Amino acid sequence: MANNTTNQLIKRLQSAEILLLGGSAGSFMPIFNLVRSIPQNHSQPIVVVIHRGKNNFSDIENLFGDNCRILVKEISDKDKIAGGHVYIAPANYHTLFEKGKTFALDVSEHVWYSKPSIDVTFESAADAYGDKCAAILFSGANQDGARGLLKLRDKGGLTIIQDPKDAEMHVMPQAAVDINAGEFILTSEQILKFMCESFVITTQP
Amino acid sequence: MSTTDDISLPELNELIILVRQIHGFDFSNYTKASLKRRVLRIMQLKKLAFWELKNVLTNDQLFFQQFLDEITVNVTEMFRDPSFYKALNTQVLPYLATFQHIKIWSAGCSSGEEPYSLSILMQEAGLKSKSFIYGTDINAEMLGQAKKGIYSLRNIKSYAENYKQAGLPGTLTDHFTIMYDAASVHNELKKNTLFSVHNLISDNVFNEFQMITCRNVFIYFDSELQDKILEVFYNSLCSFGFLCLGSKETIRSEYYKKRLKVVNSRENIYQKIG
Repeated sequence: MANNTTNQLIKRLQSAEILLLGGSAGSFMPIFNLVRSIPQNHSQPIVVVIHRGKNNFSDIENLFGDNCRILVKEISDKDKIAGGHVYIAPANYHTLFEKGKTFALDVSEHVWYSKPSIDVTFESAADAYGDKCAAILFSGANQDGARGLLKLRDKGGLTIIQDPKDAEMHVMPQAAVDINAGEFILTSEQILKFMCESFVITTQP
Repeated sequence: MSTTDDISLPELNELIILVRQIHGFDFSNYTKASLKRRVLRIMQLKKLAFWELKNVLTNDQLFFQQFLDEITVNVTEMFRDPSFYKALNTQVLPYLATFQHIKIWSAGCSSGEEPYSLSILMQEAGLKSKSFIYGTDINAEMLGQAKKGIYSLRNIKSYAENYKQAGLPGTLTDHFTIMYDAASVHNELKKNTLFSVHNLISDNVFNEFQMITCRNVFIYFDSELQDKILEVFYNSLCSFGFLCLGSKETIRSEYYKKRLKVVNSRENIYQKIG
């Protein structure tokens, strides 16, 4: 990637008000590695939506919580969104954003057989944050997330897709690539590298 | 982009005012993000553009009932959150057993899965004969299904996993009569149950209860409306009665935090004190 493109990407990652990470099968490790590298005082709230079974709560929270410097919290309804947190979308609910920077949960129908659905969260973020939002879609075995990512891109948000060739399961990122939802298509290693560079600069006094 | 793809916040507010003025239903304290998704869903189901939706809402009285049925989320499960039912069994039922009568209100019960789950729980605990379960919802059509107590076998199979995880004896199907691809809840579980329409927003206290469950309803309301409904619940509970909210719904009002003691913080079970 050209140097000025790289700088631009990092700058936009830094200026985003909120960062969203979505994925399904095969996304846990790249997301885990990314969240693990976030410094404690990082000012940007981060929201993680990973598909999972309806009754297995707390496993992701515990794994993240035990290994991260930043505070990890499973989202409760009407929680205020604040920096210094990684928020995990709870199982068996959709996670939405409400005016005044709060979360709103929803138990309505599954989307792409998924609850939480990545599409639902991304689409709602597009409404609430528009171009002040950055989102990354990782590996997964269905097409959830693609449509939401496209909506974010249409609203001027920064959209990144894990390169389907690099992903453990290519279906999810490929669906997003196919509808041109990603401004950048990067390997998980590149994503981690750029994120870390953006963290370093944001946390400097 | 087709016309049904999106509506703006001002358009949503316009619709809320229209519905209030013409039909007297007030959605202004609903969570906007999920309300918007419901409206978009109706537009997609009925293949209506936004202006057409406003048009039929204004001119077609019958359509409003359909609108009302679709705007409310009717997704529910039997034994949703098995850990909640476990907590009821160990922390709440021993206390309820000491009451002479156990009146339970399942508020926002949709098609009846929760009231019947509670009915099964009471039966397994040997408390069925002295309990009475009221299921209420704003949606009359869903209540019709609740009264029938017939569920698709496919749903029952997925609820059966919840039942097992809740640690209850036998299997869920022990409580049903299976007929081809449907399952009908046993008559003894229907005994001492009553389903009726109740609007949490406009209707008031109608009885005194030893336990009220209202799970995954508050998520659709803003905090002002939540507090208003909390008042109805508080006034409907007997002393030391229990209030159960959804596992991601907490009481944030300082006033009610002092009056409702946390019994289980993970499952959001509260007990009325003072």
